[in-house]
Amino acid sequence: MSSKQAAMRDAYGEALLELGATNKDVVVVGADTTGSLKSGVFASKYPERFFNVGIAEQNLVSIAAGLALAGKIAYAGTYAIFVPGKSVDQIRNNIAYPNLNVKIVCSHGGISVGPDGASHQQVEDIAIMRAIPKMKVIVPADAPSTKGAVKAIATIPGPFYVRLTRPSTPIIYESGFEYKFGEANVLRDGSDVALFACGIMVPEALKAADSLKAKGVSAAVIDLHTIKPIDSDTVTKFAQKCGRVVTTEEHNVMGGMGSAVAEVLGERCPTLMKRVGVMDTFGESGDAGELLKKYGLTSADIEQAALGLSKVR
Amino acid sequence: METAQEVVRLKEIARNTRKLILESLAEAGSGHPGGSLSAVELLVTLFFHVMHYEPKDPKWPDRDRFFLSKGHAAPLLYSILAQAGYFPVEELMTLRKTGSRLQGHPSMGIPGIEAPAGSEGIGLSLAVGTSLAAKLDGKPYRTYVLMGDGEQQEGQVWEAAMAASKFRLDNLTAIIDRNGIQQDGLTEQIMPLEPLAAKWRAFNWNVIEVDGYDFNQIMDGFDLAASTRNRPTVIIAHTVKGKGISFMEWSPHYHGTAPSKEKLSDVLSELK
Repeated sequence: MSSKQAAMRDAYGEALLELGATNKDVVVVGADTTGSLKSGVFASKYPERFFNVGIAEQNLVSIAAGLALAGKIAYAGTYAIFVPGKSVDQIRNNIAYPNLNVKIVCSHGGISVGPDGASHQQVEDIAIMRAIPKMKVIVPADAPSTKGAVKAIATIPGPFYVRLTRPSTPIIYESGFEYKFGEANVLRDGSDVALFACGIMVPEALKAADSLKAKGVSAAVIDLHTIKPIDSDTVTKFAQKCGRVVTTEEHNVMGGMGSAVAEVLGERCPTLMKRVGVMDTFGESGDAGELLKKYGLTSADIEQAALGLSKVR
Repeated sequence: METAQEVVRLKEIARNTRKLILESLAEAGSGHPGGSLSAVELLVTLFFHVMHYEPKDPKWPDRDRFFLSKGHAAPLLYSILAQAGYFPVEELMTLRKTGSRLQGHPSMGIPGIEAPAGSEGIGLSLAVGTSLAAKLDGKPYRTYVLMGDGEQQEGQVWEAAMAASKFRLDNLTAIIDRNGIQQDGLTEQIMPLEPLAAKWRAFNWNVIEVDGYDFNQIMDGFDLAASTRNRPTVIIAHTVKGKGISFMEWSPHYHGTAPSKEKLSDVLSELK
């Protein structure tokens, strides 16, 4: 893990620019948050392929569907609280049901949105999107993997949801790495406990693994960036190998990545596990770092969960 | 073709369309006759006089697009598509049955269907999307969307209305089946829409009002829409829910109640 940080949103803008240059079918639809999402950089370069529909998230999704029906690869997004929050029916009936080439990329997932408070802190989106047939769900861990994911999904037909985070985050992946949709990234091997993480919890899981190592606990760290379809083989393999599993995500513990892991393990390899996430509650205003601490989303919380499991015989 | 002859031709297709709607609904045992029968002449004019399409090549890139936003009128659209040659007329009798392509509301996988429908208020946004794409690609095709009047109560309709005028989508024509009745009763009692034309004018649309059963007015309306530049057109068609069958006309009950198989021959005898 590098000490450098970068914003996933900047990576999104860069990916759109590169896609715009190489694929004339790529269009971008925004809803008055295009400066914040950095999709606005695409607008400057390719104004004819950029559509700002204003504060109208249902229209945003359905217009993107119409563009996809006419052969376009439509990237549409805003803040995660609004899409999927205000537009689930449109996502389901306009995009997923007809399996359209719409790539929903939204920022401001989770409570790290910070001072804006609970009304803007989306902790249910992974659960919502995961439950919609044909929808695929990605939560990248950093800026380089965001860029890789945004570019990779242009070549995979069908609907996607990519969830980004507001603050800059530590860089996990070196530039030049190849993003592979659907394949979990094993960042660290281990034998006592498997830490499955996504999004901004990936660097926290790495820190927790360091700390656990100092205490004689060997922790594997797996970046489960693709939550649907989940990499069941890797999940099962590390559960078997370690015998104990901790999942961690900046999302409600109900219905998110932890639930997806539990579903796999419940059927394939019942394993003692602990989910570290938002404990079925709403967030509040505050500094992002302080909120992550208050809501139990730090490396210390992951470490504690892992140590708690290792005491269970 | 002479206009008078053309009207005779369209009338005959309309009569047959009503027959197919009622037969397929009676066979299905459920579905929505009222809002299917009200808009027959509108879709007959569109599909058999106005639009360019190729049933043997349903995805022909330059085809005109049609979206049924009031998805419950699926029996109407299916009857039209079958007569146009997209699939066999006999297939209409599989409507709503397990394993049939003809889902209760339109879905992908039926030749001629552009998009799923059934959730009200979203078709106009899809139409904005294809209209934007046509402009971007420099394509000549036009997009048509049929909305219900009850559907005008959905907020997304007005989001799309704003967007269509912002983007000056003169290649987009919306049609409103203004039959005045929704599931729970009269639109003007459930949630009043009037003054409906003034609302659309206020959103910078070209507004045309027609008698939904006067083929000359309907044809003129589509001509005017096609020749209007720099803004979208909405055709508000004044119609009658359940049109053509005496006991279904003006009846909220027949919004969503199919005719029985036993009564079918009586019902069909009403068709002129």
